[in-house]
Amino acid sequence: MSDVNQPVAHPPVTDWINDFDHTDPQWTEDPFPIWDELRAASPVVHTERFLGCYMPTTYEAVREIANDTEHFSSRRIIVRDVRPEVARNAAPPITSDPPVHKPAKQLLLPPFTPDAMKKLEPRMRAICNELIDGFLADGKVDAAARYSKYIPVRAIAHMLGIPESDSDLFINWIHMILELGIKDESKLLEAVHEMSAYFSAHIEERKNKPTDDLISYLMNARDKEGHPLEDSHVLGSLRLLLIAGIDTTWSAIGSSLWHLAKTPADRERLIAEPALIPTAVEELLRAYSPVTMAREVVKETTISGCPVKAGNMVLLSFPAANRDPKMFPDADKVVIDRRENRHAAFGLGIHRCVGSNLARMEMQVALEEWLKRIPDFALDPAGTVTWSQGTVRGPRQLPFLLGKAM
Amino acid sequence: MTERLRVHVDPDKCQGHARCKALAPELFELDEYGNAHEAGDGIVPPGLEDKAWLAKSNCPEIAIDVIEE
Repeated sequence: MSDVNQPVAHPPVTDWINDFDHTDPQWTEDPFPIWDELRAASPVVHTERFLGCYMPTTYEAVREIANDTEHFSSRRIIVRDVRPEVARNAAPPITSDPPVHKPAKQLLLPPFTPDAMKKLEPRMRAICNELIDGFLADGKVDAAARYSKYIPVRAIAHMLGIPESDSDLFINWIHMILELGIKDESKLLEAVHEMSAYFSAHIEERKNKPTDDLISYLMNARDKEGHPLEDSHVLGSLRLLLIAGIDTTWSAIGSSLWHLAKTPADRERLIAEPALIPTAVEELLRAYSPVTMAREVVKETTISGCPVKAGNMVLLSFPAANRDPKMFPDADKVVIDRRENRHAAFGLGIHRCVGSNLARMEMQVALEEWLKRIPDFALDPAGTVTWSQGTVRGPRQLPFLLGKAM
Repeated sequence: MTERLRVHVDPDKCQGHARCKALAPELFELDEYGNAHEAGDGIVPPGLEDKAWLAKSNCPEIAIDVIEE
């Protein structure tokens, strides 16, 4: 018998249509032509990898699945080589199906409304400027490692009421869960265990000394019968907020800066018309959507005419949906003033990202503050841009030269 | 007589993306969960017609109707 902890080797893909693999280096490097090929072949494709997995390739097929909670469960939301036991209260509400989902979601929504985010904005601007102060004089920077990475992690730490200085700890757990954990279950379990211990200590602390932050907010929350949440629910939700809130927006900010570094015309336009930044943020979210989710097929059905069988996973690629030319004219181009943009970067249906307003605010502020202070920048030809593998896609190494002297 | 526009958010479809509130803050309001509904009776004041159409065409859930009356 094989050791469950042994990472599975993935042979290189030679037939994308019948054997796709979102962890293949080719997908990591440049997934866009692969998605076009798959979409041209069928609205739903299948691979035997990952113990059997479908992928809807069109916007319409992605919408159908996102809106169908009867046949597609969220109890597993990451496509992995392994299918570990489903834990109760794994990370509600993202891992919850109806009817459990709605009350769990409603609990998390009020702290993340656009108005709540406005109150956070001054702290975010200060964080962005502190980060820029740290490297501006150097004339060059890895913008992923020194800027885009720390904005979301410090924002969520600030909201949760945990030290912003623990940022590197959180980043490491997320790397273990979302990247290494796809192929190595032991890394996944180790990170989840450490994370639970960390948050349990913070919960204990607040039992005697309540604070004015999201952890205390969750501890004080009551369900419809007036009962407090079980500790496992509070822990699961905290895990979710930390995991979901960090490398997602890190990726989105990084991809946006990467685009602007190599597209001076867009950069100059946003500097001249800063009021266009929110519209540009939506377009960058569409073109470089970071987050791919998953579902598990629990009942046989048909999607866009294709039969889908229970027991398989579904790679729910919002990024691929957002490149569907049937939905978006010039889908492969970044049109920073695109007027009609029903992109699905934050998902569709009941699992719409709880943190979408936070992510949008962080992206707007991160781009505004960067462009104010660093109007001129370009990719450093001596460096290499690298992209994360798997569920969340964004630049992890983003070497830039800064200033006019480049 | 010129036509008048009215906006309406289908509360069963709205998932709180809040695009309408960002694009047409005069025409939409959000509840405590961040889900949208039309402001007042949804009638679009003259001059805001473009924003009404913009909100509709940016709603990912296709939850917004613009009714020509």
